[in-house]
Amino acid sequence: MRAGQGAGIVNGDPTLEGIAEGNGLALCAAGSWTAPFAPVLERLVSEAEKLRGSRANIFIDVSQVSKLDTFGAWLIERLRRSLTQGEVEARIAGLSANYSSLVDEVRRVNAAPAIETSSVSITGMLEQIGRAVAGVGGTVISLIDMLGAVLAAAGHVLIRPRGFRLTSTVHHMEQVCWRAVPIVVLITFLIGCIISQQGIFHFRRFGADIFVVDMLGVLVLREIGVLLVAIMVAGRSGSAYTAELGSMKMREEIDALRTMGFDPIEVLILPRMLALVLALPILAFLGAMAALYGGGLVAWLYGGVDPEAFLLRLRDAISINHFIVGIVKAPVMAAVIGIVACVEGLAVQGSAESLGQHTTSSVVKGIFFVIVMDGVFAIFFASIGM
Amino acid sequence: MAPPPSSSDAIIRVRDITVQFGKTRVLDGLNLDVKRGEILGFVGPSGSGKSVLTRTIIGLVPKISGSIEVFGIDLDAASDSERRGVERRWGILFQQGALFSSLTVRQNIQFPVREYLKVSQRLLDEIMLAKLGMVGLKPEVADRYPSELSGGMIKRVALARALALDPELVFLDEPTSGLDPISAGDFDELVRTLQRTLGLTVFMVTHDLDSLYTACDRIAVLGNGKIIAVGSIADMQASQHPWLRQYFHGKRARAVMS
Repeated sequence: MRAGQGAGIVNGDPTLEGIAEGNGLALCAAGSWTAPFAPVLERLVSEAEKLRGSRANIFIDVSQVSKLDTFGAWLIERLRRSLTQGEVEARIAGLSANYSSLVDEVRRVNAAPAIETSSVSITGMLEQIGRAVAGVGGTVISLIDMLGAVLAAAGHVLIRPRGFRLTSTVHHMEQVCWRAVPIVVLITFLIGCIISQQGIFHFRRFGADIFVVDMLGVLVLREIGVLLVAIMVAGRSGSAYTAELGSMKMREEIDALRTMGFDPIEVLILPRMLALVLALPILAFLGAMAALYGGGLVAWLYGGVDPEAFLLRLRDAISINHFIVGIVKAPVMAAVIGIVACVEGLAVQGSAESLGQHTTSSVVKGIFFVIVMDGVFAIFFASIGM
Repeated sequence: MAPPPSSSDAIIRVRDITVQFGKTRVLDGLNLDVKRGEILGFVGPSGSGKSVLTRTIIGLVPKISGSIEVFGIDLDAASDSERRGVERRWGILFQQGALFSSLTVRQNIQFPVREYLKVSQRLLDEIMLAKLGMVGLKPEVADRYPSELSGGMIKRVALARALALDPELVFLDEPTSGLDPISAGDFDELVRTLQRTLGLTVFMVTHDLDSLYTACDRIAVLGNGKIIAVGSIADMQASQHPWLRQYFHGKRARAVMS
C-alpha cells in the first residue's frame, strides 16, 4: 500500500504498509504524518482498518515516521482504536520520546464527536411559521414599548432641561439633515423631472399639457415629496442608527452607560429621535421644492410651458392644504423610522451576522411602516376632506 | 524516527525595519532574530510598538524599509503562492481573540483546516476535539458562539484556532492579559506544553512578568523603535538600562520573584 502526492516535501510522502503473518499483523508507518498529507493519510488509515480480520496480535510500528503532528498522531490513534477489539488491543511500537507526549495528548480525545443536528421536517417548518407570526406581534409590542420609553425620557428632559443633550442632538442633526441635503435634493429634482416629462408626454395626446402642473403640484406636495424623502432617510439614517447602537450593544458600551447611572434612552436615543423628527420636515420641504423646480424646468424645456405660466397655473392648482397634508406627515414618519431603527439596534446580539440582520430589518421595517403610515394618513385626510 | 529539527537557525529574521505612521516613527531600523523551537517573550513600555512589530512581521502593517524573512523566505520577494505557504505554517492569536462572531467554536477551529485541506467531516470534528482538549476546553463548548464564552475561553479557542493547522510558528499578542492569575498561569503552562509536544516556535508579546519568568526562553525588549536588549531573564535582571531596571526590579517584579 503506497500513496504519494506530486509535490514531495523534504521528509517524503507518508506510507503505511501492512505485513500479515499468521495470527499477527504489523503495520509500518513511514514518512511525514503531517497536516498537508491529511487527505492521503485518512485514505491510508481507512484502508488499513480493513486488514484487521480476526488477528490476535496487532501492532503499529511508527519508528520510520519522520515527522508527526496532531493530524498524524490522531490518525494513528484512530487506527489503533479501530483495530482494537474486545480483549485484543493494538499496540503502537517504536514511538520516539519526542512524539510520545503528542500521542498521549490525542489519546485523551473522546472519539464520539457530537454532530450538529439540523432538523428539516414539516413540524419544524410549521414551528418556524408560527414563530414568525408570533414575532410580528412581538415587533409591534417592542415598537410601542420604545415609543413609551422615548416619550418618558422626553418628559423627563422637559422637567429637568439640564439633562437634554444639545451637542449630541446638533451632531445628529448635521449627520441626518445637513449632510443628507445634496442627495435628497438631487433625487427629488430628478423625480420631479421624470413626473413632469411623463405627464406631458401622455397629456399631450388630449391636448391637456397644462394639467401636468396640477398633477405635479398635488403629487409632489401631498405624497411624493415626503414619502420619497422618508424612504431615503430610512435607508440612510435608520440603518446608521441601527448599526451604531448595535455595535455599541455588542461592545457592552450600552451596559457601561447604564451602570454609570445614565439612561441609554435619554443619552443615545432621544437626541437621535429628536434630530430625525426635526430633520425630516426640513428635508421633505427641500425635496418638494427641488421636485417642483425640476418639474417646472422640464415643463418649460420639453413641454413649452414657460415659467410664468407654470407659476400661475400652480397657484390655481394647489392650496396651502396640500402643503400641510404633506409636511404634517413628515415628523410622524421620522418618529416611526427612528423607533424602528433604535429597537433593532438594541436587539443586536453578539455576532457580526446579527448586526447585519438587524440593520437589514431596520431598513425593511422602516420603509414598510412609512408606507403603512402614509396609507393611514391618506384615509384620515380623505375623511376630514383635506 | 528523526528528531525534530533542532538547529538554532533563525525562523524569523527581521533586518532594519522602519515603520512610520504619519510623522511618528514607530520602529526605527529594528533587527530581531527568533530561533527555531524557542519561546521568545517580547516586552516594552505601552505604546512602544510591540503590536506594530508583530503586525509588520505578519504583513498587516506596511513598512518603509527593511526586510523580513520567515522560514527563510523573504516576504517581500515571495510570490503569492509562497506567501500562502508561509501563512499556512504560522498561527496567530490576536489580542482580542478575533474569533469569527457568526461561527460557532467548532466552525472557528475548523475554518482554516477546511480551507486548506480536503479532509472528511469526521476528521475535521476529531481534530477540532483534539485541539479543544489541548487548550483545556471541554467538548461541550464546541457548539457555542464566541459571544457566549468568557474572556479566558475566548483566548483558549483563539489559540486552538491558531493551532488548527499545526503551525511551526505561533504569534501570541498579550495572551494572558485580562485573565485571572490562575488562568494566566495555566495559559503559560499550556503554551509550554504545546511548545514541547508540537515543537512550536512561539513569539509572545506580553506584559506579564509571570509569563516571562515561567514560559519564555529568551526575552527581547523594545524601546525607542529598536531592540534595546535580548537575552535570558538573568541577562535582563543584570542589565543597567533604566527602563529594564525599573521593569525587572520594580515592586511587582520583586513580588513575582519572591
